[in-house]
Amino acid sequence: MKTNDLISLLAEDAPVGMRLGRMLALALVAGGVVSALVLLSTVGVRPNLATAIETARVLFKIGFTLVLAIVACRLVFLVGQPGRSLKARGFQLAVPGLLLAIAVVSELLVLPSQAWTASLIGRNAGFCLFFIPVLSLAPLAGFLIVLRNGAPDNPGLAGASAGLAAGAIAALLYAFHCPDDSPLFLSVWYSIAVLLVTAAGYFVGRRWLRW
Amino acid sequence: MNASTREQEWAEWMRSAMKGDTQAYHRLLSSVTPHLRAMARRRCDQFGAPASEAEDVVQEVLLAVHLKRATWDPDRPIGPWLSAIVRNKLIDSLRRRGRHVNVPIEDVIATLEAEEQGDGLGRMDAVNMLERLKDPQRDIVRSISLEGAGVRETADRLKMSEGAVRVALHRALKSLAALYRSETREDE
Repeated sequence: MKTNDLISLLAEDAPVGMRLGRMLALALVAGGVVSALVLLSTVGVRPNLATAIETARVLFKIGFTLVLAIVACRLVFLVGQPGRSLKARGFQLAVPGLLLAIAVVSELLVLPSQAWTASLIGRNAGFCLFFIPVLSLAPLAGFLIVLRNGAPDNPGLAGASAGLAAGAIAALLYAFHCPDDSPLFLSVWYSIAVLLVTAAGYFVGRRWLRW
Repeated sequence: MNASTREQEWAEWMRSAMKGDTQAYHRLLSSVTPHLRAMARRRCDQFGAPASEAEDVVQEVLLAVHLKRATWDPDRPIGPWLSAIVRNKLIDSLRRRGRHVNVPIEDVIATLEAEEQGDGLGRMDAVNMLERLKDPQRDIVRSISLEGAGVRETADRLKMSEGAVRVALHRALKSLAALYRSETREDE
């Protein structure tokens, strides 16, 4: 084929329907809504939510997952654009990390050491490990499908970012159901669940987001 | 023309193109291509590969620039974006041809244009490639690329709506990009 013929062909397809950022925003909203509906139509929010939400631990649980979701989503919005440095936004992940560390230390100081194990193991660890990945499916699928239209410099990293953001959104939603409020529980079981989703995103992205 | 005015011009053309200005887009792609060609030829020369192979690489990179242009943020300079697309695709394309690049790829804008244009003919045979597209993509590609018609003229000729021609054209370009990849796939 002649290159000039190809250029004529490409030129006729000039207009861009939707830019990547807009598509990602749609995927974020759609994925969040679907997962929220899944939560509400299955296990629902905790019955005592109105009173529980006033306690420091529950506020922290929701605040922490929200911060993690925001920071991770900001990374997803950058990772599909080639030639952009991810360092600044990557370092922002330290913010939720630091918040969690402070909360864990505070919890250890506040609780008598006999209560540590019970708080850490909680009541619903198994379900948490199962349900956060379930709630992450819709946002993860949305992000990955959109990022396939992107041009990530590092497909594995792009997939992992999508997984982290989807896992964080799922954790944020699950926090409204979950009866385990201790930062100790959060730091172990929520982290494992979100990391599982991140790893899944990495493995899918490494192959599927190549372009 | 120095690099920064060229970059501004390219960015301006790309902004217009994304809004649907086919002439601006044609100017942009025609202006970028000699730079891509110089980069691809230099690499292929290193490997002792023929110029027609370099032209295939140029065409693959052009398709990637096209299919990924929605990832460019119009508020940002176009140079780093373009260089990143070209770097990724050039390395990928050469690697699939069994040629491993182990020196950094230069900047697109800073690269001088290839001096002689050659016939700009790639090895991927146009007729053969067309045969592998589905209807009506094949007729649309033939009409626009080989016969030089626009979208409207093509729509009239094929008794289709302009919108349908645009959708089919976009799909055809994605198929062409996949064809380039499958033609050279060897290590996956």
